[in-house]
Amino acid sequence: MPKIITANHLVVGDVVFLAEDGWTPVVDRAVVADDDAALQHLLDRANQAEAANIVVGPYAVEIRREGGRIVPLHYREAMRTRGPTVRPDLGHQAGLGGRP
Amino acid sequence: MYRYDEFDARFVADRAAQFRDQVQRRLDGTLSEEEFRPLRLMNGLYLQLHAYMLRVAIPYGVLGSRQLRQLAMIADRWDRGYGHFTTRQNIQFNWPKLGDVPDILDALAAVEMHAIQTSGNCIRNVTTDQFAGVAADEIADPRPYCELLRQWSSLHPEFSFLPRKFKIAVTGAPFDRAAVKVHDIGLRMHRDAAGEPGFEVIVGGGLGRTPMVGKTVRDFLPVAELVPYVTAIMRVYNRFGRRDNKYKARIKILVHEIGVDAFSELVEAEYRAGDHAAGIELAAGEVERIAAYFAPPAYEELPEQDPGHRARLFENRDFARWVRQSTAPHKVRGYSIANISLKPIGGIPGDASSAQMRAVADLADRYSFGEVRVAHEQNLVLPNVATRDLFTLWEGLVQADLATPNLGLVSDIISCPGMDYCSLATARSIPVAQAISRRFADLALQADVGDLRLNISGCINACGHHHGASGILGLEKRGGILPDPRSAARATNAALGPAARPGLRRRRDRRRGRVRWSGSISPTGRAPGSSFSTSSGGSVSSTSRRQSMSLLKQGEWTTDHWRFVADDEPCRRPGRRSSPRRGCRATTVTISSIAAARLGARCAEPAAGRADQRRRAHLSDPEHRARSLRAPFLHRPGDDRATACRGRLGSRPGAGGASSTNKKCIKRDSGLGAVPRLFRRVGIEHCKVAVHIPAQ
Repeated sequence: MPKIITANHLVVGDVVFLAEDGWTPVVDRAVVADDDAALQHLLDRANQAEAANIVVGPYAVEIRREGGRIVPLHYREAMRTRGPTVRPDLGHQAGLGGRP
Repeated sequence: MYRYDEFDARFVADRAAQFRDQVQRRLDGTLSEEEFRPLRLMNGLYLQLHAYMLRVAIPYGVLGSRQLRQLAMIADRWDRGYGHFTTRQNIQFNWPKLGDVPDILDALAAVEMHAIQTSGNCIRNVTTDQFAGVAADEIADPRPYCELLRQWSSLHPEFSFLPRKFKIAVTGAPFDRAAVKVHDIGLRMHRDAAGEPGFEVIVGGGLGRTPMVGKTVRDFLPVAELVPYVTAIMRVYNRFGRRDNKYKARIKILVHEIGVDAFSELVEAEYRAGDHAAGIELAAGEVERIAAYFAPPAYEELPEQDPGHRARLFENRDFARWVRQSTAPHKVRGYSIANISLKPIGGIPGDASSAQMRAVADLADRYSFGEVRVAHEQNLVLPNVATRDLFTLWEGLVQADLATPNLGLVSDIISCPGMDYCSLATARSIPVAQAISRRFADLALQADVGDLRLNISGCINACGHHHGASGILGLEKRGGILPDPRSAARATNAALGPAARPGLRRRRDRRRGRVRWSGSISPTGRAPGSSFSTSSGGSVSSTSRRQSMSLLKQGEWTTDHWRFVADDEPCRRPGRRSSPRRGCRATTVTISSIAAARLGARCAEPAAGRADQRRRAHLSDPEHRARSLRAPFLHRPGDDRATACRGRLGSRPGAGGASSTNKKCIKRDSGLGAVPRLFRRVGIEHCKVAVHIPAQ
């Protein structure tokens, strides 16, 4: 099952995802690990970032790809990529052009 | 209101400065997250689903207008322009940045507020009746004792690392608005034969995954002995409370496991072992000092009836409806208690924008001696409004969009933040509340349905107090990774018991070849008297479950099968199952227990044998009846409102008052047929409530 790494930004608290060039709020820019070795590599990077006080509590999330987009399988994680469903004006969804 | 003395002010300012240093050390890497987490939690700072969340204590729910304005300023400056009032009478900000939190704490300290002990395994914010000090039915003002407990428990070195969190509630009125029976310690004021006030001490109540009703360990504790006695309880808990299992660490488990008698003996032994004379004397002086801050404001001499107010009631139906639903009797002649609903139709329960906070602060200054209360039902209260001012107050509330006259009605829903904000939640709860609120948007319909408490929690921790009334508990089904609707829900009824069965089942719809969740929640009737008299034979919840299940097996609760549809779903004929609209991945929650709870135990009673005897005993005793019709902790002795509502519902529209038709209607409406009849009468064909919660 493909996976990505997510965490919260230490200073801001926002949800972030591990991308090629650091951490991003945009889930579609996350690096996807398709096998255990790739996942381990990503987890090592994430743990280093936590030790360097960039993020808090990184963990892996199962995803599926939908036409070039990354969609977490679990609805909790899907919600983390967007923001509260009851306040579309808040969270990442507010800054992503109303992306569902 | 209590005002900080020099010691209080320095203590809170020092604490804010200390946290500033801790945040700085976290940001520069001196502290790891593991080291920092307990420090931030002790200051009310959580890391939630989307961001940090800061929970600010509102001691016993009492706020000054100056403090409310400061909260509005914090919401605008460091958050997203709103705050969420919680069931612990606190307020939460959902989007603060870590680096800003020390500034927020300084801003709070400037108005004598803080976020200490709003998290962690310590004694949390002491809560009380939101009408404390002004309620017409009050024995004595509980606020000085709340303040005494607050000062005693703040950073108490012995009780800062308890086995688990600890919650205390105090009520000074016989009608318990503070839910004292479901707190770790509940204190209920009585007077002894000599007329002196004292507390009934109730220990070991709680909701969460193991709902329990507290047990009385002392029938009457003189008020002067409050602190030493509570200290003795805390010591017994601190020593014997389980630390091996987080889920069994609350005091309710200890009391349940060793029994209330053994627990009581331990507490009494601990209490006897100490010399409390000095402490009692000190506390008495301190209560006197504190009580001076809670002296009544300068009330005017007003007549009981204000002619202008009465004229307005006749002239303006909206105003009259608001007065009927939102005001409560005040102990001073010519004054009223005005409740402000934070539950607009389709809104998020408990949320208030910064503009609304300022509007309430202004109205409090103008009409309520600058005082505001927060109710555990997530509403606000202006406690001291002259009845003649109610109309202008109402106009101000209308302008601020705060005049929804739905207090105590079906849309006055207590809801936890659920998965929309909370990292512990397993389901969303706010959208369920919104959908139900929209379904019952018509206030006339709500009034017809009558007094109904509906509470929603997004996980078993029960922050939405779903056991305390008609409740909905959101749960996750199958790991939430199925392509179809994933939240499930189940309903609990008015007892502190779990649902008789889960609400939603996974079912394959053969015609359409897809999986959907459906099913029904039957009135999960509890047998009369089962809710709190059965603790000897097992836990309340297990007894309740057994009884509910046996009733289900008898088929008692599945005969009436109706359906009640949400506004976004086309109405269907009775008996036909509906499915989520094509292309709309929605979750359907069915809640016929709303109707069942509405009719209270009457619907839930099988009509023969022992149960019938119990029913008769139960009906002949008004106190027992009131207790069973309502949530156990919302017991109001001699209160017959539930009956009155039922009478009104049973009678024909326009038939006038309920009193003359009461008895007939109750008789006609007893038994299972009451629910559908009730709903038909108010123009609803089906009585199972189905609410679509739009897919995320």
